[in-house]
Amino acid sequence: MKRAALSLALLAATAWADPTPQDIQRIMQRDFHPRGQATMERVVQDGVQRVCTDAHDRPPAELAKALEADQMKTIVFPEGSLMGDWKRGEAIAQSGRGMTWNDKPGEAAGGSCYNCHELSPRELSHGTIGPSLRGFASARGASPDVQRYVYGKIYNAKAYNLCSQMPRLGASGTLTAAQIKDLVALLLDPASPVNQ
Amino acid sequence: MKALAFGAALAVSCVALGQDVSKEIQRYRQMVAEGSPAELFELQGEELWKKPHGPKNVSLERCDLGEGPGVLKGAYAHLPRYFKDADRVMDLETRLLYCMTTLQGRSREEATARVFGSADRASEFELLSAYVAGQSRGVAIQPRMSHPQEKASYELGRTLFFHRVGPWDFSCASCHGEEGKRIRMQDLPVLYKPQYARPVMATWPAYRVSTSQFVTLQWRMNDCYRQMRTPEPTFGSETTVALIHFLTVTARGETYQGPGSKR
Repeated sequence: MKRAALSLALLAATAWADPTPQDIQRIMQRDFHPRGQATMERVVQDGVQRVCTDAHDRPPAELAKALEADQMKTIVFPEGSLMGDWKRGEAIAQSGRGMTWNDKPGEAAGGSCYNCHELSPRELSHGTIGPSLRGFASARGASPDVQRYVYGKIYNAKAYNLCSQMPRLGASGTLTAAQIKDLVALLLDPASPVNQ
Repeated sequence: MKALAFGAALAVSCVALGQDVSKEIQRYRQMVAEGSPAELFELQGEELWKKPHGPKNVSLERCDLGEGPGVLKGAYAHLPRYFKDADRVMDLETRLLYCMTTLQGRSREEATARVFGSADRASEFELLSAYVAGQSRGVAIQPRMSHPQEKASYELGRTLFFHRVGPWDFSCASCHGEEGKRIRMQDLPVLYKPQYARPVMATWPAYRVSTSQFVTLQWRMNDCYRQMRTPEPTFGSETTVALIHFLTVTARGETYQGPGSKR
């Protein structure tokens, strides 16, 4: 049933004249070359990317729900508290490094958070692709459930909104569990500038 | 008392800072647009265009950019287009490479060893792009769309624009697909819509103030894919040409005004 819905969605979203996703993948395999840590398996779409591309980021609700549930299973929640250190979290949020062909493999990556989100009011240079997260804990508090939501959302945003533009920062191997905990603290710690 | 007044002034200026920052950025961009050093690159490009080079020791002056051998006026504004001799669609840089290998007898490997330059030293492609593009100032952007390969190239570019891929799941539309969005303080043009594509495509290639470099469209495609965390697109590949073709067709009708300046 799930597979039938998937192939139906693929068919419906693809106009006959356009290159198919399979065509694009072949073309990218021909036209790109590996460089540094950016190896060729990165041009192969996974199921989420394929469905979101085909549906122009508006997949049928039932399909989205099924795939979000699959993505939820990728999230590894650490034992114990999910709150790290908001000061380290701020540095991670500022950094846009990591995963590109000229980043050194093994070197700590950043979360690129400020590229798209407003967080601390002290940082005026923030993007607007994602929602403002200023005062995040004021409305929601910092209960274990909220911590779990924030951790999960950063680890794999596609588990909550299938075609979100936000990268799957844990699932993609960009950020470590400790780094994600520091980001949870940046958003939820009452002492964090985000909540001042 | 003095300290108090100072504190009050500081508080006021901090409140005003938010609005002032965007105003200041506007002013900065205006200054950048008015005092562009792009012309210096055009002059160096002209010199390079006319200089004999390669095993055949000839200049690029007989290079056919689509309007006939050696015709530069308006040539850039009509690219990308299909070239019968190469049997493929080419953008400016791909065509320049073709002329280097055919006219000048250079190997592809040698000619592409340094396609993107540095602040200290621009690449051949950057200098030549500056010169050739400058010869289309005042000409309407009208890339070709009649040959079946030109239509296929445009379609490929459009499809690539929305294709989500790589470890961060990005497509071009992740950053250039919604109105009124920014990365940090940088406004993002919605490049599949003509009203946004027009002013952008009318000013590439361009001098980039933040890095003191002259940059080309092949560089722009390359650096966007770098930030999308994919492997590297090959210089002059069908993929990069198709994206440039799609963006240029989306901007058609606009009068070319470059080479321009970017932040």
